[in-house]
Amino acid sequence: MSNLNPKANLQFISANHAAAMAATLAGRANRNARGFGGGIYPITPQTECIEYLSKQDIEKGSVVRVESEHSAMGVCIGMALSGARTFTASSSNGLSYMAENVFAAGFYRLPMVMMAVNRTMGPPWNIWVDHGDTLMLRDSGWIQMYCEDNQEVLDSILFAYRLAETANILLPAMVCQDAFVLSHTMMMTDIPSQEQVDEYLPDLNLPHRVADRAVTVGGLDFPHETEAHRHQHHDAMMRVFDVYKDCQVEFKKVFGREIPDPVVGYKTEDAEVLLVSMGTVASTARAAVDSLRDQGIKAGSVRLRLFRPFPHLLLEKMLASAERIAFIDRNVSPGMGGIMWSEGRVTAPKDALVQNYMIGLGGGDIRPEMLEKVFADLLSREQAGPPQIVEVGA
Amino acid sequence: MNSDTIKTNVNPLPEYSSCSTCGINNEPMLDGNMQREGDRNEPILRPGNTNCGGCGMSVILNWLSLAAGSETRLQMVIPACCGIVTPGKFPNSAYGLPVVASTFASAAAVGTGLAHTAELNNDNTRVICFAGDGGTYDIGMATLSAAAERNEDLLYICYDNEIYGNTGGQRSSATPLGAVTTTTQFGKDVNKKDIVAIMSAHRIPYTASLSIAHPNDSLAKLKKALAMKGFRFLHVLSPCPTGWKSEPSEGIELVRKSVKSGLFPIIEIENDEVGETLTINIEPEMCEESLRTYFESQGRFKRGVDIPEITRGIERNWKSLRLRAGK
Repeated sequence: MSNLNPKANLQFISANHAAAMAATLAGRANRNARGFGGGIYPITPQTECIEYLSKQDIEKGSVVRVESEHSAMGVCIGMALSGARTFTASSSNGLSYMAENVFAAGFYRLPMVMMAVNRTMGPPWNIWVDHGDTLMLRDSGWIQMYCEDNQEVLDSILFAYRLAETANILLPAMVCQDAFVLSHTMMMTDIPSQEQVDEYLPDLNLPHRVADRAVTVGGLDFPHETEAHRHQHHDAMMRVFDVYKDCQVEFKKVFGREIPDPVVGYKTEDAEVLLVSMGTVASTARAAVDSLRDQGIKAGSVRLRLFRPFPHLLLEKMLASAERIAFIDRNVSPGMGGIMWSEGRVTAPKDALVQNYMIGLGGGDIRPEMLEKVFADLLSREQAGPPQIVEVGA
Repeated sequence: MNSDTIKTNVNPLPEYSSCSTCGINNEPMLDGNMQREGDRNEPILRPGNTNCGGCGMSVILNWLSLAAGSETRLQMVIPACCGIVTPGKFPNSAYGLPVVASTFASAAAVGTGLAHTAELNNDNTRVICFAGDGGTYDIGMATLSAAAERNEDLLYICYDNEIYGNTGGQRSSATPLGAVTTTTQFGKDVNKKDIVAIMSAHRIPYTASLSIAHPNDSLAKLKKALAMKGFRFLHVLSPCPTGWKSEPSEGIELVRKSVKSGLFPIIEIENDEVGETLTINIEPEMCEESLRTYFESQGRFKRGVDIPEITRGIERNWKSLRLRAGK
């Protein structure tokens, strides 16, 4: 689509670099306000992102090379609390090490953006894709978006700042992408101009920033105060669905591109069998859907792009006509099953057969024929069974 | 003796001796915490705070307030510790300055963030990290060390009560040998870390130890540290009556004894392009009586301590300090 734009500035880059370019542009866009910064720390497969960022000359910017992910988020918290726009990136065990401060950033209601490259949690050590790392942080009070290609990663970071910094939202946002499938894969990506980003991202003005007022930010709450704070936090999350739409419209106006909806359907209108997935699995699912359609089967695919807040109503609408639904999780919560399935199955029609498949755990390559087999299994079932792990090998 | 090494712009004050045993006059006394011209309109530690009576942290917060005066814009980061219970519950705050309550290990990282934004915006704001020994010696050590390595523009004050006081008195790596805590019921079997040595090994511009029994020295150091750029680390021995099982009214006297006996060296270490300068600010008298009564008047040492062994440790420590001081 971007190839059609005559003003496109196309570059052949990885999603890691796309994310860093987006952060740089967003950072510079806050030069007339309180500036930009964050703490950075390397971890495979995110490292190229922070390497690229650390090379940029950002007016009124300060990127701090810290000693851990925990401190990377700590520096982001400090800078964000004093009004700067902030960014960092991490993956898998880095995210779990950072987790305490990820929750803190959520509870402080700081509109920062983090790019997370989804990688398998260790040990044993595995650097390939698995969504279990960011899903572990689903309750941290951050907005979570899962991307399907490099352009979407770049666009989503700009979009995330706009969404997160909206006055009635003020929540941090995580933009997630699949390890290596995107992070280290180069694609033609349209890089917006600084003028466009300046136009899309107004100066950040954090109403509760720490300045001179003698207040204690994040001090002690008793139960009643915590109830009120959580209530406000949850309400802000639930407002995301409406603000998301406004930010989409503005994005289209400024950049000429579409930001995908929270739930993205493919041939769902008349679909009787549906695969629901997140991230790059959705691209493979579309190939499988086409193959099934050739065989006369009314198949379709649904991609969950927004995981927090969870778009129950949108997903429910998308699944309304389906008789058989497979939730394709690239994660496992041992003792439960797929996390997306466990959260999303309530949105399926009452009479539908809903089966959970966990596939591509630890980054195994998911090919279209494997998803066709999943379709075949789904179609052959008389009733749903327990969540099933599908091994794909290397 | 100490007046040669201390440059202070506090009004000259009468010398005052209070050692009940030695009677040697070497400790100046502040002439009260009266409000003067140039003081902050409100103290940093305001009424309504939840500190226990006899808490050493209260004393150092009051002196920080005096040292900063009204001209200095301050922001403070406090990790999990008694100091973040001090302000009371939301939405009240007994602190007379903006405070960020950070996660336990993150004071120096969050402080770094505040300091960087302040620098980018020429806010003319000094950022202070105010942490206990748990958040400094233990869980915050990596964060602290890295901030010192980067020479962040931070004043880091560790009020060391030698215990996890906020959680009811467990051992930390600042708990001294022999002290009974709720997790060392038979007395701690290893020595405490030498935090001043550790921090000065980072070659930061300023490292100093402060005594709450020596206001002139401490105020001078606070003023000096507030005025300097780069990473400054101050170590304050902070009595905790509930954890030390000591009389609240005796806290300052206990610290005085620890200084007099040589147990708690009052020094400062400066680093610049020339190199390191270690100054001994208060000469200890190696007073044995003070050492003995220091331990005897604290219930946490009820299982007994090996005084001769502790004395040998003090002597070893002072030998190396004098070598570094070049005298």
